[in-house]
Amino acid sequence: MAENKKKPKLTTPLESIIESLFRFFDNKVYRYTALFAASGFLLILPSLSSRFTQEIMTNLFFYVVVCLGLNIIIGYAGLLHLGYAAFFAVGAYTTGIMSSRFGIDFWLTLPFSVVAAVLAGLAIGFPTLRLRGDYLAIVTLGFGEITRLTIRNLDITGGAVGLIGIQRPVFFGITLNQISHFYYMFFILAILAIFVSYRLHDSRMGRAWEYIREDEDAAAAMGINVTTSRLYAFIIGSSFGAVAGSFFAAKMTAISPDSFMFIHSVMFLMAVVLGGMGKIPGVVLGCIIVVLIPEISRDIGQYRLLIFAFMLLIIMLYRPQGIWPDRPTISAKE
Amino acid sequence: MSQPVLSLNNLETRYGQIYALRGINIEVKESEIVALLGANGAGKSTTLKTISSLIQASSGSVIFQGQDITYDQPHAIVEKGVIHVPEGRMIFKELTVKENLELGSFTLQDNVERKKRMKRAFEMFPRLEERQQQMGGFLSGGEQQMLAIARALMTEPKLLLLDEPSMGLAPIIVNNIMDIIRQINKEQGTTILLVEQNAKAALKLAHRGYVLETGEIVMEGNADELSKDESIVKAYLGE
Repeated sequence: MAENKKKPKLTTPLESIIESLFRFFDNKVYRYTALFAASGFLLILPSLSSRFTQEIMTNLFFYVVVCLGLNIIIGYAGLLHLGYAAFFAVGAYTTGIMSSRFGIDFWLTLPFSVVAAVLAGLAIGFPTLRLRGDYLAIVTLGFGEITRLTIRNLDITGGAVGLIGIQRPVFFGITLNQISHFYYMFFILAILAIFVSYRLHDSRMGRAWEYIREDEDAAAAMGINVTTSRLYAFIIGSSFGAVAGSFFAAKMTAISPDSFMFIHSVMFLMAVVLGGMGKIPGVVLGCIIVVLIPEISRDIGQYRLLIFAFMLLIIMLYRPQGIWPDRPTISAKE
Repeated sequence: MSQPVLSLNNLETRYGQIYALRGINIEVKESEIVALLGANGAGKSTTLKTISSLIQASSGSVIFQGQDITYDQPHAIVEKGVIHVPEGRMIFKELTVKENLELGSFTLQDNVERKKRMKRAFEMFPRLEERQQQMGGFLSGGEQQMLAIARALMTEPKLLLLDEPSMGLAPIIVNNIMDIIRQINKEQGTTILLVEQNAKAALKLAHRGYVLETGEIVMEGNADELSKDESIVKAYLGE
């Protein structure tokens, strides 16, 4: 219809600044130059900066991996998941238990961590196949809490105290024990996660997810197997989280149930929604905001969280689709 | 007579405790256009949804080309050659016209074949070719309906289930859509089961028709017989 052909209006100055910035990055030359410069900078950053900066940047890369995993479930497949920290806990505890209790080498625990994540993905995916939207969110929220409480009460997981003495990974004869080692390790992981995310997005599976997200019934009527596609989203998404969890356990050498609280799921979710669901640069941007802003504003003390919350409100009010969304949304839905 | 392409035998569907279909029997033969008529809430759309398994039947059976597909998954039914164009068109408003069509050929792995079918769709619907880069939501109602039909044809279905293709369209566009449906049936021999409230348009197009009333078939016959039947004329056609 004629009135629909109008371009969505740019109402606020915030939006127009953001839009012009992204149009700038739509140009391939600018984009690759910027990417090249950024990766170069990140590669030499550890030799220029303090341990504190490296620690925060490592945390940022870690967030990128986890949030890209969550992005597969929420952004690609459109399944609202509020218990993502559970997947992350599954990976961390698989590595933690195998390493600290049985002394198994870190790298050997990784495949087990992925298998455990697949099982966890199926455990939450199967019973919730028929659920959509808010209902799914409630069940996943419960799943996250059940996982945390189970971990807290089992003997093998060390109960409320958690696990200590998880071995450091050895990489070609070098024991990874410096923060700069972990900086590079998580940097590589983040790059891998970004690469895999792009490949998934452009795959048949990625397309199927996109259709299911837009309209599940129409997708089914067009011959997409909704059941397996949804299960794959959970399995692949949880694997990202589990691998990140394993590396997290190896970095910390000690884990406890407190590392996998609901608030962590919320922080991951926030990074994904804030940045732009389904859009990889958007998710990375969301991670940068969620990780860096509270750290940068440390000087202003306790008010920083207040300011952070205020910023989130502003962004959600004026840009509910996220800062860098997957594609422009049609404002007037019929 | 040859074996029917589709037959519904005593098909019952319930929403909770409420019966939407109370044991209906319908047959659709090869290369036929069959119209399913009836008022709001008669169970027309439910019939189509039950065939394509978007809703599970509570008893009875759906036989397609001799195979029982009553309890198949929706995607498996599509692979067998039955495709459902749902009511309200259900095109993806935030995907482009081209992407919508690509979805239609999702079951297809062959890229050359996909391009061939896309070309054919554009020949049939030149309007869609002009607008292939536009988002589905920006199309007019008639164009959206064309897109929904074109998308369904991308799978080269043997049986096409059309749910209210005339809904919400201007009379002139309705004629246009009906011509397209006739053309599909003639040129490709696609069997069509058509659900319509616009009984006049549907009976002009169809070979045979069934009339549904509160989940039961109350009448069936050839299209020209039905369009002369007094009670139908009164109830659905208007004087």
